[in-house]
Amino acid sequence: MWQWLVRLYHRLGSPKWFYEMTERWIFWLALAAGGSAIVGLVLGLLYAPADYQQGDSFRIIYIHVPAALLAQSAYMMMAVAGAVYLIWRMKMAAWVAKVIAPVGAAFCLIALLTGAIWGKPTWGTWWVWDARLTSMLMLLFLYFGVMALQQAMESEEASYKAGAILALVGLVNIPIIKYSVEWWNTLHQPATLKLTEKPSMHPDMLWPLLIMIVSTYLFFALVVILRTRNEILWHERKRQWVRKILES
Amino acid sequence: MHPQRKKRLHLILFLVLAVASAVGLAMYSLSQNINLFQTPTQIANGEVPPGRTIRAGGLVVEGSVERDQQGLGVTFRVTDGQSEVPVFYDGILPDLFREGQGIVALGEVNTEGLFVASEVLAKHDENYMPPEVQAALEQAHQDGKAQMEAAAKEASY
Repeated sequence: MWQWLVRLYHRLGSPKWFYEMTERWIFWLALAAGGSAIVGLVLGLLYAPADYQQGDSFRIIYIHVPAALLAQSAYMMMAVAGAVYLIWRMKMAAWVAKVIAPVGAAFCLIALLTGAIWGKPTWGTWWVWDARLTSMLMLLFLYFGVMALQQAMESEEASYKAGAILALVGLVNIPIIKYSVEWWNTLHQPATLKLTEKPSMHPDMLWPLLIMIVSTYLFFALVVILRTRNEILWHERKRQWVRKILES
Repeated sequence: MHPQRKKRLHLILFLVLAVASAVGLAMYSLSQNINLFQTPTQIANGEVPPGRTIRAGGLVVEGSVERDQQGLGVTFRVTDGQSEVPVFYDGILPDLFREGQGIVALGEVNTEGLFVASEVLAKHDENYMPPEVQAALEQAHQDGKAQMEAAAKEASY
């Protein structure tokens, strides 16, 4: 098992292997992401019952929660890829980190905007400086900082290193976001989905949410793979195997 | 692992741990300021000086909401299970405001101990369910109560 993982790790470092391998995945990933998004949205928006207190406005959860989860997962992936680049100097890891940053930032922005739209009718305000909302805003700024650093310097390598270091420093924000609602008094409610307990949500409302979460992660995988392939083509454009692809 | 890579790995682990502990200590010492609201117990204990603008949070006590005959003024009490604080608010309440519901009010405690709010936000909990389920739960709760009362009556004979 360990041997296999090491071999996979070495292969992932090869742009050519990654490019050829993912060729076959794109279609199925797109199909799975699109299909599950349609199923999840139809179930969530049309078939799930309205909430006993919020009525229909709770349905924004089907966008808000997957986007917020993904924004945090993407950040962790970006930081790990950055660490791999700093330690092993693997070019692929740097490209993956660079490719993830804008996607994660977009999902973070979606989470913040949908949260504000939901907050107005539910809480009575668009925004409040509580620990959860503020730490999520910090995540967005961290994404912006990493994106800026990744392109800040003359040498590509130095920029990637700077971006990776900021990403690793910002990693401390992730547990703060997660536990903000437990450590401090916040306006934002505690998590509905818990890893160790039963979710505090009716099954008819829960299933569309779980489908939407899976769909969002699939979509993220698809986008990251597509963008990494572009990055590979650009950086390896002078290599023989890329020229062959471009000519055909 | 290559010694130089090992060194870099250790350096990164050290960086992450150092940042985490620094931020952790800062957060710990600032926790009073990070809290969005004070609880009624904190206010009742006099931890909040009168005249300073704060946020107070808690549950609206059942049966405590009194609306003014004229205007939008409303008085209610907020509890955290231990202490209660009377709140006065003159304005439009959010839709989710109701008795038994959590709220966060921005305002100040006046000299009589009344919390005069300039903004009231409704706090939502993490429970989501359809109205029928909520009605069934309510019904079951009341049936349970009635049964308990009946049992208590019988026992007292």
